[in-house]
Amino acid sequence: MSLIPEALAAKFPADRPTVGYGVHRVVGLETEFGIHAPAHPEASHSVMSLELINAYGHKLAQQGTNVASTEWDYNEESPLSDARGWQMPRSIAHPTQLTDQTLVTADGQDVHMLVNLILPNGARFYVDHAHPEYSAPETTNPLDAVIWDQAGDRIAQQAAEHIASQDGAAQILLYKNNTDSKSVSYGAHENYLVARDLDFTELAEHLLGFFTTRQIITGAGRVGIGNLNQRPGFQISQRADFFEEEIGLETTIRRPIVNTRDEPHAQPETYRRLHVIIGDANLSQYSTWLRIGMTSLVLSMIELGELPMVELAEPVQALQDISHDPTLQTSVLVNGRGWMTPIDIQRIYQQAAQAYLDRYDIDDAQSQDVVTAWADVLDLLEHDPAQLADRLDWVAKYQLLNGMRTRHNLQWGDAKLAMLDLQWADLRQDKGLYYTLVARGAMRTLVTDAQINHAMHMPPSTTRAWTRGRLIDRFGAHLAGVSWESVLVRPFRSGPLHRYHLLEPLAGAQQEDNALLAPEQPQLTLDDTPDNREEIAALLELLKPYRVTGRH
Amino acid sequence: MAQDQRRQASQQRDDDPHIPDPLPEGTPAPGSAAAQTSDLDSLLDEIDDVLEVNAEEFVQGFVQKGGQ
Repeated sequence: MSLIPEALAAKFPADRPTVGYGVHRVVGLETEFGIHAPAHPEASHSVMSLELINAYGHKLAQQGTNVASTEWDYNEESPLSDARGWQMPRSIAHPTQLTDQTLVTADGQDVHMLVNLILPNGARFYVDHAHPEYSAPETTNPLDAVIWDQAGDRIAQQAAEHIASQDGAAQILLYKNNTDSKSVSYGAHENYLVARDLDFTELAEHLLGFFTTRQIITGAGRVGIGNLNQRPGFQISQRADFFEEEIGLETTIRRPIVNTRDEPHAQPETYRRLHVIIGDANLSQYSTWLRIGMTSLVLSMIELGELPMVELAEPVQALQDISHDPTLQTSVLVNGRGWMTPIDIQRIYQQAAQAYLDRYDIDDAQSQDVVTAWADVLDLLEHDPAQLADRLDWVAKYQLLNGMRTRHNLQWGDAKLAMLDLQWADLRQDKGLYYTLVARGAMRTLVTDAQINHAMHMPPSTTRAWTRGRLIDRFGAHLAGVSWESVLVRPFRSGPLHRYHLLEPLAGAQQEDNALLAPEQPQLTLDDTPDNREEIAALLELLKPYRVTGRH
Repeated sequence: MAQDQRRQASQQRDDDPHIPDPLPEGTPAPGSAAAQTSDLDSLLDEIDDVLEVNAEEFVQGFVQKGGQ
């Protein structure tokens, strides 16, 4: 299976394996949220994150929606649908318990906490150490990536609101940012599938120049300079000061600009998963869309061997120098090309992308929109960056900060400005400053509220996420395990489990032949009725191509 | 409400550049320096209203544990 239309694939060089074209590529975003209980500074971040995940499970259960889950001690044989029913942990009603690592109910029973939910929209919502994390389902283009990314922001916020709806609950606030501006950073990762046969060294060398400079478009803006916030000031990126290496495996220490983690969750002979850890979490739809769109275009060109090489002399230093200069005048040394501004460097990539689309007559709307917007944004960054305050996170934030500095005569070190930076990313619709701007029509949006709300409950239709999410919704009672690439089905209350591997991310998309998974059909219970037997037989038939037999 | 109407008008203009601005006389043209300043002033008023009042304490208290 391939995303690439046959006529187009025929034009690509045969010796360059490709798994995407234009902006079309399998992609999924992850967000680690900041989590904070202002009235309980002693609260454990891990416990708060656990409570948040469990609160969302409880909320879905109250609505009668299925969700797949696992406990701390992951055991593939344990029933996935929580037979105990979802209980709100006691600590939510007793905020002092937020400090406990093991939670107990009033009568001394352990509270069963689930660390990992797989949602009906195909996403994973779970505890990653001290943060709640949302990993969006697999999508195939930048606009869909935006929709399912923003659906995750709403899911997390709804979980927090569900906690707040309980009597006596602690207020838990969530932030879509990447640092506490003290010493800690947490990620907003992007995952792109690229061709396995692409030489990784070649890929990484190209990405160093691109990732170091794309922040002038995709940065989320930050008040404070240095990984310990040593100097007052404003910089373009949330993440730049937390990177120390060019290429490497780590994600929590000595972070590299290009991460080498290779766990494709897909056919390893066909795909590599490029795990991008350098990006900022964007609230702006436009910033997210360009981040995914530009990067997808660059990957398509690298796969074909058609991207000009831009080799920075000192990538890590350049990353920080560029971030620290919101006037965008800083030049960095490019081997063989001399000193260049980040705008000049990004123009090389944008112009190459335009030439690539022209050469292969790739004229679909999404690819064309991205390459055009990319050019427009670079022109405005050069001539009148303030005009981008309605599109780019860092420019919008910078404009507010400068306005506040002038109005109240503030120095960069003033707490009011740090507060503005933090509150930009507050997920509450009535408090978050990004949402305030959207409500005023001051930030452009690319997708509708209805599309985002739909995506909270419905998976993307173009990938295996469709099968994963729809299985959970309709057949949740019969699932014993779900992961990115596998499903464990319990056909009947007792009896053997069936294991299925969906290793091809493009298989299992919504089609005529899987009407069994179509929306608006009743959930199937475990009851052994003739109707259920017929439905289960049809399900096993549908999943047959993915069946794994024998020992595993 | 006025902002919603302005937003709608501005969206229409985006769609069709030939639609003239239906603004009363004396209103600064959208995009002009005067209009931008007035928009930003009104925006900053709103930010001042919504921003946490105890900024110092709040920002100090926002401490996160390690992440990826």
